[in-house]
Amino acid sequence: MMTRLALSAGRRLRWTQHWLVLAAAVGLWQLWAQQRNSPYFPPPSVILPQMRQLWFSGPADHLFLTPDATSNIVPSLIRVLLGLGISIAVAVPLGIALGRSPAVTGFLDPLLQFARSIPVVTAAPLFIALFRIGTQMEVATIVAGTIWPLLLNTIDGASSLDPIKIETARAFRLSRWHRLTRLIIPSALPKIFTGLRLSLSLSLILMVFSELVGSTNGIGYEMSSASSEFNLPVFWAVLVLLGILGYLLNAVLYAVERLALRWHGAASQRAY
Amino acid sequence: MSRDLKPFGSARVVRWAQGLAGIAAFLLAAESLGLVIPQTVLPRASTVLVQVVRLAGNTRFLADAGATLEAWAAGMLLTVLVAVPAGLVLGSLPGVRFATRALTEFLRPVPAVSLILLVTLLLGSGLRMTVTLIVYGGSWPVLYNTIAGLDGVDPVALQTMRAFGFGRLAVIRHVSLPSSAPFIATGIRIASSIALILDIGAGYLTGRLNGPGIGAFIADVSSGTGDVPLILAATVWVGFLGLALNALLLQAERRLLPWHRASLGSAHERVPLPAAAAGAA
Repeated sequence: MMTRLALSAGRRLRWTQHWLVLAAAVGLWQLWAQQRNSPYFPPPSVILPQMRQLWFSGPADHLFLTPDATSNIVPSLIRVLLGLGISIAVAVPLGIALGRSPAVTGFLDPLLQFARSIPVVTAAPLFIALFRIGTQMEVATIVAGTIWPLLLNTIDGASSLDPIKIETARAFRLSRWHRLTRLIIPSALPKIFTGLRLSLSLSLILMVFSELVGSTNGIGYEMSSASSEFNLPVFWAVLVLLGILGYLLNAVLYAVERLALRWHGAASQRAY
Repeated sequence: MSRDLKPFGSARVVRWAQGLAGIAAFLLAAESLGLVIPQTVLPRASTVLVQVVRLAGNTRFLADAGATLEAWAAGMLLTVLVAVPAGLVLGSLPGVRFATRALTEFLRPVPAVSLILLVTLLLGSGLRMTVTLIVYGGSWPVLYNTIAGLDGVDPVALQTMRAFGFGRLAVIRHVSLPSSAPFIATGIRIASSIALILDIGAGYLTGRLNGPGIGAFIADVSSGTGDVPLILAATVWVGFLGLALNALLLQAERRLLPWHRASLGSAHERVPLPAAAAGAA
């Protein structure tokens, strides 16, 4: 009990320090930008009110979100989550099936490696032609880019299962379902999360890219219209928003990962 | 790993035969799908393959591919020069890592494509813009994997070195760097695929204004004739380029890190994605 209390106090201290460092960095940025007084680098005292006015000055019954926020931030988030969701729904079951059937994987391996090597941005004109401009095009781009790291890591995780464990499960006559849910999926999970972390950062790149290329709303669209008007405060507001959204998405993924991999030692020793 | 398998040559032949059969089956399926779907929506596989062969003799495409490779190489070189030392500093000085953590956690998710306008305003368009984007986007996986590698260094080896009175730099050079090198190599391969995305993505978004490159080639085609088979053929070549660069990096990894080969199974070769890419990209 004592140690747990001490631990949480230590964590709280570290948490406070963490945010103090960030506040200090923002303060330095403010001083630097004021000193420099360049139109390209507006200070936080310009960017933050700009963000508030753009997105968070709405009525209370809309959670203070402005129409601009609901028509740009919300669609972008839906696209990222939908794209990642489709990738997970397809890649994880398929990856586990392929990982457990080396014969089939042998036939597909060169195709998978090739598909993974294609930077999905090259196919953007094709996607615009196939899906027309709109959410379906952006989601398709995100799925086409994020599915491969997830699929290949899941295959790797499911195939590198300790054979002794499989033999033990057989000896104890575990049913196929139990072998899948108690053995195969848990052992593949660390690799699945490795793939998911990579897919999450790719999905943000592809969300912005696809909205810059062809969209009529979204964060990337807002950025591209700010760019064409050389409206740098809005541009910077979008950049900061992307940093915050990315931070939150990563934090959610990290929390889910910690919850799912409580039993797995490596998860608690993550680099950050 | 392939070299170790030499005595079992027949297994390799089987793998090759399986792979080729898979590719053939895919092409056949794509071709027969093309009989059902109108060509204007999705061109036939054979039409695309003809264009793939033709592109190999297209001097403009070759010049664009050369420019893309040049930006990739310059960007990757700078990425390694920036991110590996930074990772060594952050990985061996917990105080500095802690102090910068809040910043890196907010900077890392900002997609590099969103910086195009800013970098163009500051540096102008062209090779410098593309290389800057690659360094921004590619540094994160290298940085994080370097730190993860340093975290995984055997503490007994570290303490032994310290007990013998070696200084911090000597410990990094003789223990930390060699044992984290496989992690760094994985990070570099992830960075390479991100670099290719940014290289071509930036070229496509800015078009010929940004100078030659495969991205500009695709932008030209799609705004000009809109020739879908040609775009797909370019996509196929870009896939080959990605595969070749990955193979090149794997080969370099094997040459430079011979001690690492024994410790990793063939799974590592088959799936060149991170074995331990903590917070990749």
